[in-house]
Amino acid sequence: MDSEAPSIKRRPSRKSVTFTDEKLVVNPDGSVTMDASPADEIKETAQSHSAPTEPQDAAAAAAPAADDGLDLSLMKKKKKKVKKEDDADAAADEAAPAEGDGAIDLTMKKKKKKKVVKEDDEFAKKLEALNIEGKEGEEAAPQEDEQEGDMDQGTGIWAHDETKPISYNALLSRFFALLSQKNPDHASTGTRSYKIPPPQCLREGNKKTIFANLPEICKRMKRADEHVTSYLFAELGTSGSVDGSRRLVIKGRFQQKQIENVLRTYIIEYVTCKTCRSPNTELSKGENRLYFITCNSCGSRRSVQAIKTGFSAQVGKRKKMQG
Amino acid sequence: MSIENLKTYDPFAEADEEDSGQTKQTQEYIHIRIQQRNGRKTLTTVQGIPKKFDAKKILKVVKKEFACNGTIIGDEDSKMGDVIQLQGDQRAKIKDFLTNKDEGLGLDAKTIKVHGF
Repeated sequence: MDSEAPSIKRRPSRKSVTFTDEKLVVNPDGSVTMDASPADEIKETAQSHSAPTEPQDAAAAAAPAADDGLDLSLMKKKKKKVKKEDDADAAADEAAPAEGDGAIDLTMKKKKKKKVVKEDDEFAKKLEALNIEGKEGEEAAPQEDEQEGDMDQGTGIWAHDETKPISYNALLSRFFALLSQKNPDHASTGTRSYKIPPPQCLREGNKKTIFANLPEICKRMKRADEHVTSYLFAELGTSGSVDGSRRLVIKGRFQQKQIENVLRTYIIEYVTCKTCRSPNTELSKGENRLYFITCNSCGSRRSVQAIKTGFSAQVGKRKKMQG
Repeated sequence: MSIENLKTYDPFAEADEEDSGQTKQTQEYIHIRIQQRNGRKTLTTVQGIPKKFDAKKILKVVKKEFACNGTIIGDEDSKMGDVIQLQGDQRAKIKDFLTNKDEGLGLDAKTIKVHGF
């Protein structure tokens, strides 16, 4: 009996509003996010190295710099060795066009490696082709090699006295890595979820639902109880009342999930700021009977639609009598 | 004669205001609501279907397709127009029907608002 009409999936992609007890928190990854991938054999991408808490020791930075300098000059020889030893390694190395490409690149490499493991014959052919290319295109190969080095330690291409131009992609990924590193809360502003306590639903008798912690939720959202209540009633198409201990009594059987859905739409419509997505807003009645939402963090102000009940059909035995 | 540089647009205008403004001009929202009856039974009401469509014909098709009964409630006094009322939770289906270009009405999904839990 409890399973009422299945709730419609309205926002499959984005769930910006979550309820604390649930594990609904979906944080869609931007391309910026630091990929905490397991240590690759190829430690040449800038991002794989950039641990946010890494201390920037001048001495420590200097030593690897010297090492990498050597690396750069010896790269040709090393590569050939590597090719013989570790197929996968070299393949990924050659295949990836720009080394500092960041997260996307990492995944690409992984895929390629898997392929390599599967198709050894194909790989051998490729290797040969690559070898030929390497001999022919002497200019092309070093171009790729240049874009290596550890960003945090300032080695390779990122060395202080490095004069070679850095590729745009490398610079861009460096910018985003630094941005998310320096202000960790900034990158997650868009996806940060707004948490409110989950609604507590009790059943009163057989036909009524008690929404117990409405005042708490309203306080958290900084909205008047009446406003939330009227929205709930309009959306659920029912009526109800507030009992002695300020709990809301809703007519009809509703589950917690259903109430949650309605609250979620309420928050999206009446709480979050459309400009900056911040829930830190105030609802006030402006001039000429319109409701306005004023954002406290970005200062934007917008009008919201008044709650309308709309059509509601007469349900019950007495409809003929009343009509 | 126009000078390209002087064509201004408001950078502070809300991002989604344009399309919502357009829809408001052309037509009001179509509201799809759900209502609980006794037990686990529900009603779906569709309100605000544009006047150019014949509610009766829509109902006839919809009833057959969704395998449910339904009725048209016309209340002239409350200016909500004809309201199609269907038995059961048909919200997802009726939304698909309204937006379907081939077999449905081919309306814009932005004009449809689905209410309820």
